[in-house]
Amino acid sequence: MSADDGDAGPADIVTEVTGTGVPVRGNDIDTDQIIPARFLKVVTFDGLGQFAFFDVRFDDEDNPKEHPFNEDRFQGASVLAVNANFGCGSSREHAPQALMRWGIDAIVGESFAEIFAGNCLALGIPTVTASQEDVEALQDFIDQNPDADVEVDVVEEEVRYGDTVVDATVDDAQKRALVEGVWDTTALMGANADTVKETAASLPYTNV
Amino acid sequence: MSEGTLYDKVWDRHEVTELPTGQTQLFVGLHLVHEVTSPQAFGMLEERGLEVAYPERTHATVDHIVPTADQSRPYSDDAAEEMMSELEQNVRNAGIEFDDPTTGRQGIVHVVGPEQGLTQPGMTIVCGDSHTATHGAFGALAFGIGTSQIRDVLATGCIAMEKQKVRRIEVTGELDEGVTPKDVILTVIRRLGTDGGVGYVYEYGGEAIRDMDMAGRMSICNMSIEGGARAGYVNPDETTYEYLEGRDRVPEGEAFEELKAYWESVASDADAEYDDVVTIDGSELEPVVTWGTTPGQGIGISEEIPAPEDLPADKADSARAAQEHMEVEPGDTMAGYEVDVAFLGSCTNARLPDLREAAAVVKGREVHEDVRGLVVPGSQRVKAAAEAEGLDEVFRDAGFEWRGAGCSMCLGMNGDQLVGDERCASSSNRNFVGRQGSKDGRTVLMSPPMVAAAAVTGEVTDVRDLERFEEVRA
Repeated sequence: MSADDGDAGPADIVTEVTGTGVPVRGNDIDTDQIIPARFLKVVTFDGLGQFAFFDVRFDDEDNPKEHPFNEDRFQGASVLAVNANFGCGSSREHAPQALMRWGIDAIVGESFAEIFAGNCLALGIPTVTASQEDVEALQDFIDQNPDADVEVDVVEEEVRYGDTVVDATVDDAQKRALVEGVWDTTALMGANADTVKETAASLPYTNV
Repeated sequence: MSEGTLYDKVWDRHEVTELPTGQTQLFVGLHLVHEVTSPQAFGMLEERGLEVAYPERTHATVDHIVPTADQSRPYSDDAAEEMMSELEQNVRNAGIEFDDPTTGRQGIVHVVGPEQGLTQPGMTIVCGDSHTATHGAFGALAFGIGTSQIRDVLATGCIAMEKQKVRRIEVTGELDEGVTPKDVILTVIRRLGTDGGVGYVYEYGGEAIRDMDMAGRMSICNMSIEGGARAGYVNPDETTYEYLEGRDRVPEGEAFEELKAYWESVASDADAEYDDVVTIDGSELEPVVTWGTTPGQGIGISEEIPAPEDLPADKADSARAAQEHMEVEPGDTMAGYEVDVAFLGSCTNARLPDLREAAAVVKGREVHEDVRGLVVPGSQRVKAAAEAEGLDEVFRDAGFEWRGAGCSMCLGMNGDQLVGDERCASSSNRNFVGRQGSKDGRTVLMSPPMVAAAAVTGEVTDVRDLERFEEVRA
């Protein structure tokens, strides 16, 4: 724990995530695919992990289909490798919640939809970007070496596996939040309540 | 960096302080709440012993799970009933105003905010829903947030954000008859890509936007997120002020004039600087429909479906998969694509003007015998207003089902879903695989009049040809 504020809640320093990987290929994988809407009819996030990618993992009779999340060799993986515009579509935090509860602690991709990346940060999950070539090479490596560790280094902005070191990018604010353990924005902003009141009072529409 | 834009001005007015993360702490002027993304946030608040900081700046409705046929309580779906009860309890405990269905104001969150005048220019507006950009049509800075951010807003009245770039999208010229705001935004997404707006806020302007009513501007801002932009806006003008004057939450008389002065002051300056400018000739557009499974996979009704190998390499694979799912062939047009369902609804296109335009096409015609037609007004007020004009009769006489207000078949969280591999002509915003409740279902996005045309012909049809089509059939 890093936060010096007792109200900081679960904020924790995330400098590096190391674990085996799982590749999910394809551009524009939307949040309806990550967690179909019918699984949103819940009042807690508990148990969402089993529904991650549900409609592409199971057929109409709930029999498993071909999907990396169903493969034995990828069970226990914590680093998800994806392609471009991952997490586009709805703002549902249920999407990263489902991935996190399945076991994912970090995601490496070519690019991410903004709201999705913000939701991941709120959960302490780094969304690290790298070039198309590097991401595809990482996905191939994981495919061939499902038991090998992949290191996602938030501080050095690198992804390391085998003998390879990939130059990656971590958004500045995300990096500071994760590395300094200040991604619990409720606590951070709650400390400025008086200034918030001043700002609110200065707006022409708050007094009518 | 942009300078002198509405985005810059509204951002500056709401900036509280800079956070240690480098993000800005931004005050939220209006927090809209619905039943799907809020219960966990209220739960987190309770866990930490925190209270809602600004209940008077928070407003709730129920839309995603609400049945549109039989709305009597308890709902027949236990999960839906539980979510509704949870919301009722949360808003009661926190003292948040709630448009429950007994108020006559219930509806889709992005319809009720504007129609009650809650949504105003120069505000920051957030909601746990990606289509919150809709409210940008009023010159508000509005964006969707996740549940942990809802917790932030509930607890502190603020959101932590990084400032984005501003892209001006200039839509020049006049739209042809039969061409709608929906066709404009589908064109924007097609040209700039589903991720083209990542890192940007879109400012829509130009002659075509200036000439649009508020419903049209809302349709455009609504789908900013489909283009990757978290927020989109139109500078407020006389059309905006006329719409707002006299609405429930808008003050009258001198107070109105004072607010209006603020609204005028936040509009982008004539010499504002943008990070990027894109121009689209609105006069060249025709009705647009999607052929694939992302909102960027759209074409004009007379255009041919592209061959995957002719697309950029990174688009080819998804195009191939999409065409297989949709059962469409390169070289064909979408005209003639048979549909089983016609859905008129959603936060994109279920306002009174949308229903009027669709009714004008439907009037005197019948829904095709193989088509199930569904009209789901955006709110109870839209429904009442439409009924006062007799639109419900036009739709019912033609064979449409006339439903209660809600999100309905846009995402199929209530009972309104596609079945099996049904094909749907839809006025909604997403054609993702599985979006409308069946993983084998097929969605073709289009404008309300185009949905009406498809409903009566049983196939995707250029609404501008409908008269002729009728003659041929006769």
